Amino acid sequence: MSETGSYTVRLELVDEPGELLRALRPIADNGGNLLSIFHERGNVTPRGHIPVEVDLEATPAQFDVIVDALRDAGVNVIQAGAERYSEELTVVLVGHLVETDLSDTLQRFQDCGGASVADVSLSAPAGTDEPSSARLRLVASEGRSADALATVREVAAEKELRVVEPLTEGSA
Amino acid sequence: MRLAVVGAGAVGRSVLELADEYGHDVVAVADSTTAAVDPDGVAAGEVLARKRETDTVGDDEPAAALSAEYDALVEATPTTLGDAEPGFSHVRRALERDRHVVLANKGPVAERYGDVRELEADSAGSVLFEAAVGGAIPVLSTVADLNGQVTAARGVLNGTANFILSRMAAEGLGYEHVLAEAQDLGVAETDPTFDVEGTDAALKCVILANVLYGGGYTLADAAVDGIADLPGSALELAAEDGRTIRLVGEVSDGEVRVGPRLVPENGTLAVSGTLNIVQLETDHAGRLNISGRGAGGPETASAVLADVGRLPPR
Repeated sequence: MSETGSYTVRLELVDEPGELLRALRPIADNGGNLLSIFHERGNVTPRGHIPVEVDLEATPAQFDVIVDALRDAGVNVIQAGAERYSEELTVVLVGHLVETDLSDTLQRFQDCGGASVADVSLSAPAGTDEPSSARLRLVASEGRSADALATVREVAAEKELRVVEPLTEGSA
Repeated sequence: MRLAVVGAGAVGRSVLELADEYGHDVVAVADSTTAAVDPDGVAAGEVLARKRETDTVGDDEPAAALSAEYDALVEATPTTLGDAEPGFSHVRRALERDRHVVLANKGPVAERYGDVRELEADSAGSVLFEAAVGGAIPVLSTVADLNGQVTAARGVLNGTANFILSRMAAEGLGYEHVLAEAQDLGVAETDPTFDVEGTDAALKCVILANVLYGGGYTLADAAVDGIADLPGSALELAAEDGRTIRLVGEVSDGEVRVGPRLVPENGTLAVSGTLNIVQLETDHAGRLNISGRGAGGPETASAVLADVGRLPPR
């Protein structure tokens, strides 16, 4: 019915034994044909994850199942073939980031769907009285960056964080 | 034209000083407690000296300036929120007398735009307010020239906030430090709330929204966030990524927003110091950028006097 196409999936793996194998299994299990794996071991993301780029062949239907299966398996999929996570969004958060549980904040951005936290830089000056700042790069699937931004605003408002938003599209 | 200047702050005084150069006579001038009226034109030098020395402009009551025989009222009293008084009453009085009004005061056109337009409709006088948005920058006249083509506007509209942000970014200094420095330089007022909380920029955006969308906006319709107490670390993180932070006002899709925004470090909007910039999105002309001085006596007075020149003759 559908023709087989080739896809590139970009994953972020935790640096632990067996992680790569765990990430590849859903591909093979769902009929994908692995073409190449580029394991960027030396290139650790700011969150300590290792980016891996996987090229594979599958039908569009199989590919959708594979991406879902990867996500179900807890593998962080940054970029998946045709569904490019193409819209990037950088925001700066200001406030008591550590005290308000930064990892929960990031997790909730991630959970809003359609967006992924690609990297985080935190600047927390000495002393907890001072507010800290964090710069986040979010990658959202096409057309979803407004949703992602809405989630950022919502979580930030709840935690009394200030959001320095990027200007809306076409403003460079 | 014969002008009555109400308000003797930096803008009002500069209008008084420069009117002659533009071929106009100031026949009345008032501050909050006194007035000077002379049908043949007040002596600008004398009034300015008197204001400096005794903080009065003449021996008359302020009301005398409002009832003087002038062609256009220059309203340059301080911007007030809510009912926009006493500026609004000054505008009403002038329009009811079929006189023109040129506003530097943002209050009446930000908070009571509909009321002002209604009064204007019943009057032989016209209302212009170029000086209320972006000081010397010809924003509203450009919008008018573009004849309905402008679909959205955004920009840096507060010089004080911009000075603070650009100093913080350039020198790696903290907010409090730079604010104190700005106050020493006279760039920031002793009470900087209006500027650093984003209110001033928001009023200008509200006026733009009223012009672009035919009225209906007040400050209460704007989502406003300021730059007060923004930590230096936020600017540092932005800089690491080739960006910086500016207090940006946006008027688009019927909404008015003001807040700190990430902009490209060397981008158009990242003007430095006290400069302002306005970007207009248009249907057929693409994007226009106009930058310049958004505040200051002579700068703002130049916008006031340009408006006077645009008024129909009486």
